[in-house]
Amino acid sequence: MSRILVRGGRILDPTANRDENGDVLIEGGLIAAVGESLDARGAEIIEAEGGWIAPGFFDMHTHLREPGQEYKEDIASGGRSAVAGGFTSVACMANTQPVNDDPATTDFILDRGRHDSPAKVYPIAAATHGLAGKIVTEMSALIEAGAVAFSDDGRTIQDGGVMRHVLEYSKLVDGLVIVHAEDCSLVGAGVMNEGPVSTRLGLPGNPSIAEDVLVMRDLMLAELTGAKLHVAHVSSGNSVAAIRKAKERGVSVTAEVSPHHLTLTDEAALGYDTNTKVAPPLRSAADVEACRTGLVDGTLDAIATDHAPHALHEKDLDFVEAPPGLIGFETAVPVVLDLLRKGEITPIELVRRLSTHPARILNRPGGDLAVGSPADLVIVDPERSWLYDPAKGYSKSRNSPWAGQMMQGRVVATIVDGRLVYHVDKGVLVP
Amino acid sequence: MIGRDLLGIEDLDRSDIERILDTAERMREVGNRIVKKVPTLRGRTVVNLFFEASTRTRASFEIAGKRLSADVVNFSPASSSLKKSESILDTARTLDAMDPDLVIVRHAVAGVPKRVADVLDAPVVNAGDGAHEHPTQALLDMLTVRQVKERIEGLTVTIVGDILHSRVARSNIHGFLKMGAEVRIAAPPTMIPVGVESLGVKVFTSVRDALSGADVVMALRIQNERLAGSSVPSVREYSTTFGIDRAKLHYAKDDVIVMHPGPVNRGVELSHELTDDRPSVILDQVRNGVAIRMAVLYLFAGRTSQSDRGEAN
Repeated sequence: MSRILVRGGRILDPTANRDENGDVLIEGGLIAAVGESLDARGAEIIEAEGGWIAPGFFDMHTHLREPGQEYKEDIASGGRSAVAGGFTSVACMANTQPVNDDPATTDFILDRGRHDSPAKVYPIAAATHGLAGKIVTEMSALIEAGAVAFSDDGRTIQDGGVMRHVLEYSKLVDGLVIVHAEDCSLVGAGVMNEGPVSTRLGLPGNPSIAEDVLVMRDLMLAELTGAKLHVAHVSSGNSVAAIRKAKERGVSVTAEVSPHHLTLTDEAALGYDTNTKVAPPLRSAADVEACRTGLVDGTLDAIATDHAPHALHEKDLDFVEAPPGLIGFETAVPVVLDLLRKGEITPIELVRRLSTHPARILNRPGGDLAVGSPADLVIVDPERSWLYDPAKGYSKSRNSPWAGQMMQGRVVATIVDGRLVYHVDKGVLVP
Repeated sequence: MIGRDLLGIEDLDRSDIERILDTAERMREVGNRIVKKVPTLRGRTVVNLFFEASTRTRASFEIAGKRLSADVVNFSPASSSLKKSESILDTARTLDAMDPDLVIVRHAVAGVPKRVADVLDAPVVNAGDGAHEHPTQALLDMLTVRQVKERIEGLTVTIVGDILHSRVARSNIHGFLKMGAEVRIAAPPTMIPVGVESLGVKVFTSVRDALSGADVVMALRIQNERLAGSSVPSVREYSTTFGIDRAKLHYAKDDVIVMHPGPVNRGVELSHELTDDRPSVILDQVRNGVAIRMAVLYLFAGRTSQSDRGEAN
């Protein structure tokens, strides 16, 4: 039985509220002991000196593009990129080709995940057939097959009546419905946040109210139906406020925010770099501030990357035609560490939002360092500086707004089920 | 100090604008000769890369290039033949391999000239990109105003029409403000871009107020498909409230001039008689367009000589 000792780090276990220096001993893929100066006879040693030892991060919003668009990404490359970013589990959206709206596709993704990906892969099934926003998917069969939630993601259900039925029907399986909130009639032709910057650039604006209107509609529908709603990648200050109020009155809602919406504003588009085009768009400084406050005060539960790979030739199109989205696994940790460096959040609370909360929202294992739990963990050096070059990363795509920038904070090692799958000095080690 | 490319008026300072206008004044004289040609750009290749259909602007650049003896090549991957999803940067790299000395770019989407400039060795001149900028139009407008009024500083310039979708408006807002004029815009609220006051303009929905005391009135072309939509109810309502005619012109100064970037929808944004007669200066604008484009080609293409590239040594 393999033994690994992760030695001498700052142990951050949000579930146990533990924040102290020590070692973690792993045996047989499970956490065997956590404490100081553990007996390491016969164990492989992984040094964590000066770094954090945390439960593996759980990215609840990703696009792995398989089946169907393997030229952008596949489950193998996406999984490798995930563990290089410290994510031991990822949930992937249903907008594959074919759409993940039937148990066979769910099963295929799970099978590929088990065989090809060093990170654990959890499929999110479509909420409506073909993401067409009309007919509810076979939620019982999909849950049976292993789907962890339901979402039409970027093909937002515009019809309020259909959304009501999706939420009501999800109660049959106690399912979670994830909404990408944008009212497409208000988005119009918009390709970036509407405001002074879009006016200067002459690009069609997508107003934040397009998000707010849909968030408020779905909060009211969740309240009416009692179903579980999760709001994806919140980017607008008014949406943060609406979710905060809904939580106060007991609506069953959770929410996530992406590293880019926590740190970048619409001014990132000033050079017309299509890698800054994302949906919902990068917004004003006031919106970014509201998202950061919302993450810290618990209104926004989780950090999720919305990792959305697109090929170079697709991002080489003009700003209107280029598809929205950016890759996020390998930059997420250094980017969100900005909140720590500015004194807005503590390490353990940051880990809670990267790991514990997403695992709990999707009701999957992970997010703790309890003895007997699967040994999914990550070692992070919060100080280490490095130059990010997407061409040297593990994703097949390179669409990152942080390309060529110096990053502070780096994932040193990632362990999944007791197996070292990534080390910064050796790269991804399996499969 | 003028940069390598001319992507927008926003990037220029007042002295750059004055230098281009002064150069254009000298170029205008060439158009009055019997042999309308000088050898300034002989042996240089200027490419008109027009992704968006245009007759007037392209002809103006072409005539300007030919008067300077440049070899002008029209490269128009017209929207019909340009396959959607063809990479613009691929097109730019292909073109770059043919060693042009200057590339003029027009595209229906804002930012394309900038992206093309990022990959090209040759300087790029923006001939209009989406609702972003149309710098040579603003330069020719400023030249026209300067000729008639003998100054720009201190004038009141009122731009009327679909500001939201207008690159001409944005370039003129930047240009006239940099030159010291007061710039007002007047439009239906649905055609005023969010946050436009941050550019430094005064925003009006009443044409009467916007025209009060104006020295220059610039009417913008309104796209037919934008009338009778959800933003403007009808042609009639638009022309009644925002169309410029002699009655509305009474609110402006007595010596007001009327401008339009063309082509005019007669009777919609400008009344029939104002299109043809004084105080309209529309044909002066067109004439100045060639002079401005000659000046721009001279100032931007004239610098990419072998010696400037450091290869002559």
